[in-house]
Amino acid sequence: MIRITCPFCGERDHSEFSYGGDATVAYPALDASVEDWNEAVYLRSNPRGPHKEYWHHLNGCRAWLIVERDTLTHEVGKVEFAHPGLRNAVRTSV
Amino acid sequence: MSGYRLDQGGLIDRADPLTFTFDGTEYQGFGGDSLASALMANGVDVVGRGFKYHRPRGVMSAGVEEGGAILTVGSGRFREPNVKAPVQPLYQGLVSSGQNAWPSVRRDVGRINDVMKRFLAAGFYYKTFFGVRGGTKDWMLFEKVIRRAAGMGRASRAPDPDRYETAHATCDLLVVGSGPAGLAAAKAAAGAGKDVILAEQDFTLGGSFLARSGGIEQAVAAIEGLRAAGVTIMPRTCVFGLYDGCVAGMIEQVSDDPGLHGVRQRTWVVRPREIVLATGAIEQPLAFGNNDCPGVMQAGAVSTYLNRYAVAPGKRAVIATTNDSAYAVAADLVTAGIPVTLIDARPSGPDAPEGVKVMHGTVPIRTTGSYVLEGVDVGPLAEDGYATVSRTLPCDLLAVSGGWTPVVHLTSHRGPKPVWNDTIHGFLAGSTTEPIRTCGAAAGIYAHDDCVASGQAAGTGDAGPQPEAGPHPAMPLYEIKTHGKKLKRFIDPQHDVTADDVRLAEREGFVSIEHNKRYTTLGMATDQGKVGNIIGIAIMADASGRTIAETGTTTFRPPYSPISIGALAGRGTYMHFRPVRRTPLHEWNLANGAVMTDAGLWKRPWYFPLEGESVDDAYIREMKAVRATVGLCDVSSLGKIMVQGPDAGDFLNRVYVNGFAKLPVGKARYGVMLRDDGMVYDDGTVWRMSDTDFLMTTTTANAAGVMAKLEELLQTRWPDLKVQLTSVSDQWAGIAVAGPKSRETLQAVTTDCDLSDAAFPFMGIREARIAGADVWIARISFSGERAFEVYVRGGAADAVMQALWDAARPLDGVLYGTEALGALRIEKGHVAGSELDGRTSLHDLGLGGMASSKKAFIGKAMMDREGMRDPDRLQLVGVAPVDASRRLRAGALLDTRTDLIDHGQGFITAVTDSPDLGHWIGLALVKGGLERWEGKEMTSYDPARDGNTAVRILSPHFFDPKGERMHG
Ligand SMILES: [Zn+2]
Repeated sequence: MIRITCPFCGERDHSEFSYGGDATVAYPALDASVEDWNEAVYLRSNPRGPHKEYWHHLNGCRAWLIVERDTLTHEVGKVEFAHPGLRNAVRTSV
Repeated sequence: MSGYRLDQGGLIDRADPLTFTFDGTEYQGFGGDSLASALMANGVDVVGRGFKYHRPRGVMSAGVEEGGAILTVGSGRFREPNVKAPVQPLYQGLVSSGQNAWPSVRRDVGRINDVMKRFLAAGFYYKTFFGVRGGTKDWMLFEKVIRRAAGMGRASRAPDPDRYETAHATCDLLVVGSGPAGLAAAKAAAGAGKDVILAEQDFTLGGSFLARSGGIEQAVAAIEGLRAAGVTIMPRTCVFGLYDGCVAGMIEQVSDDPGLHGVRQRTWVVRPREIVLATGAIEQPLAFGNNDCPGVMQAGAVSTYLNRYAVAPGKRAVIATTNDSAYAVAADLVTAGIPVTLIDARPSGPDAPEGVKVMHGTVPIRTTGSYVLEGVDVGPLAEDGYATVSRTLPCDLLAVSGGWTPVVHLTSHRGPKPVWNDTIHGFLAGSTTEPIRTCGAAAGIYAHDDCVASGQAAGTGDAGPQPEAGPHPAMPLYEIKTHGKKLKRFIDPQHDVTADDVRLAEREGFVSIEHNKRYTTLGMATDQGKVGNIIGIAIMADASGRTIAETGTTTFRPPYSPISIGALAGRGTYMHFRPVRRTPLHEWNLANGAVMTDAGLWKRPWYFPLEGESVDDAYIREMKAVRATVGLCDVSSLGKIMVQGPDAGDFLNRVYVNGFAKLPVGKARYGVMLRDDGMVYDDGTVWRMSDTDFLMTTTTANAAGVMAKLEELLQTRWPDLKVQLTSVSDQWAGIAVAGPKSRETLQAVTTDCDLSDAAFPFMGIREARIAGADVWIARISFSGERAFEVYVRGGAADAVMQALWDAARPLDGVLYGTEALGALRIEKGHVAGSELDGRTSLHDLGLGGMASSKKAFIGKAMMDREGMRDPDRLQLVGVAPVDASRRLRAGALLDTRTDLIDHGQGFITAVTDSPDLGHWIGLALVKGGLERWEGKEMTSYDPARDGNTAVRILSPHFFDPKGERMHG
């Protein structure tokens, strides 16, 4: 059972969260080309080792988080808010 | 084996006699007894039968690794099969029976299998039934018979009458095992101020203390110390698995008494900061002839029965060993007055205990005795590893020690493969970066004082002693080979796997240990290879000319010991299996005659039958009334999300395919949203209540998903948008008021709202009051009739619904449920969940015209990519039977009139009987859609139900296609 330290709520079981996909994907603008969108939607790497993922604190504060998780060991590293404003606010307050 | 109770000693309460039965005979034991010790004290020698050959079996161990005394405990619906007698505490009235035997374990007609041994060798099932002509079919036929003849106990088929629950705990340190190392670890950690939980699978604490002469007093003193130090001590609690994040799964056996209506087992999810594994070691057998005979048992178990239970397992003993540990067993037997001869495979060893005859360089070759043990043929072990019989030692107890293997299962659950260690001739836990430490015998440290030191060090995280061979190293001996006649040498007594089975499998090419295990079923019984694993690997290594380290070991997976499924389910059974969601109108619906149905987690009114009506009668009547007068329907389960803020309009514009930024205040609009890949995700209406306030409705099924998606977009992709989302699904009730007399109904209950077409046009929204409550009313229609939806806070829903119902009833109105709701939408060709199945695009659903060309939105680029405009895509059509008297079936495949090839040309998604049209109609997804098929005939293929039906493909808009009724 992975545990994730939500920057807002503290350390919680992963059962409170829902996995939200690859956080390294840069989604193109809505009016970008079909090629760019195809790349973002379908062309994903499947890394072994540390990886950045979105997790949604669904049964908690509802924040979307960027979680560093090792896909091999399930070890969880840095956890930050996905929202850049919140993320920077936490960084500058530390 | 002819066991008996000793006059004194043991951790039993002679003042607490307990009566129990085994195979119908009544016996007596004492409080503190295990079922095995009590049977042994009563001289019961045969307690089970082997799995394949039905050979008689006695008690072989004193722990969870038991391979012989596997019994059924309890009767009727409380019956539990495959209980290991050594770990089952005795209780008053315990009912037990032998299994895998008929009519009883003492006279079992199944023994015939023993004669047919050559037919049941390794891979028997595969060879006989698979890969040959008709093999699989034969297997289906014979499986039942074979499974019955060669099986384990039978579970009760009745629902489990026991109760279970789940609990959670946290601590600084979880110590697993309460032997010398575990107790020392807990003491050291508690002394350092740590919050400690100590879990012990046995019903008595103490581990190997309990097997040692004088050990009980030491254990009791140590445990008292832990209690005083505030350690949480949990006996009868098996740590069955370790999981990510240092989480331990444990099952606590709370109560045995089936009559007690309390909790039988409790599943613990424990989150410690650190874990110390003091799980001990398991004594290994030796593979020699007929080594499964009742009377043969682990040497260490003999000490446990003598010292812990005050039971002598026999009257005349022989000990066969490869290491020093059995010498203490010999001394214990002498103390109990039992004559003993010790044969040691090694040329030399420690000094012989007083009164014990020791024969060095001697090994057991085969037991004698046709039913239970009468003696053992022994002989010298030659340098080539073969032995020859030199003499027979009469005995009714043969205590065997083939060395010890550390219990490394729990570390293995975390991934690290066990690593072979040549010093201890056993596997040690692989290294891990997690805060999990192993100590004592589990770390290959066997001397008592070293165990304590090892435990102390593990408790505080310091370095402890390392494994040592000692002055008289153990001999790595696994198998006693003989020339001449083949002997049955068991290595996995539970699954009746022999040394020759492993060799045969190796010859047949199963050279990987994982393949060999599956082919022979070695280690796949309920003990998960606790006794047979090492010896099996050693024989594999020998047969293939490799070392044990090269051969490797199989992976241990949870659970460490078998656990009840009921314990994992806990309280989550029957109506607690998943949450139930009820709308604010739930009780009102029931009081007014609703028959309910499940829509996801929701309970929704299905239909409101009049007396004697079937569901079909009722929904047809409800539909007719909605088309003729007015109907009321609880639509509270729809998702409702407040979208607020200066950028709310812009946000909705990006989310929906159609435009929302210019939606006027006081108006609602139907919208469709796509996924990133261009497929249709959800639909609903959005109401603009002010410049910055919108209410979005979603389908019932996607309410939670849409909310999460919108939050994702705002937090990850468009963080610059100033938008606030609030789910109000549970706060607001919704009531559809549909039909030509819907306005009249509302007019009767609202005084402050002009409902005329001019003041309140189609897709308008208004604030009003009904029955004293503030409501929002939107003029929107799912049924195709003039219709409104009334939204009100949940607490006032009953009053508003009652007021509307009081107004509708005199107008010949009805209450209607989901069946009529669905039927009305099919008549209109509105898509719903069965068409929005994640594989359909806007174009497929005939909604391509909704997509705005003036703005970008999610899915826009992808909805028109190659393949999404393929004319062969499944597209929405209507379908009706050619013969108007025939019914349609949802799910039926559609193809040409004469041929069904593969999955056909499409399928029917939804059907209803249509009172307006006078026949059944349906919606369908068909390759090429209307353009290819309109007006043409197809066949609806439904072989499992009504057979095939000729159908005609039509526009999906069956009823009032121009929408005059809802606008008018
Ligand atoms: Zn949170």
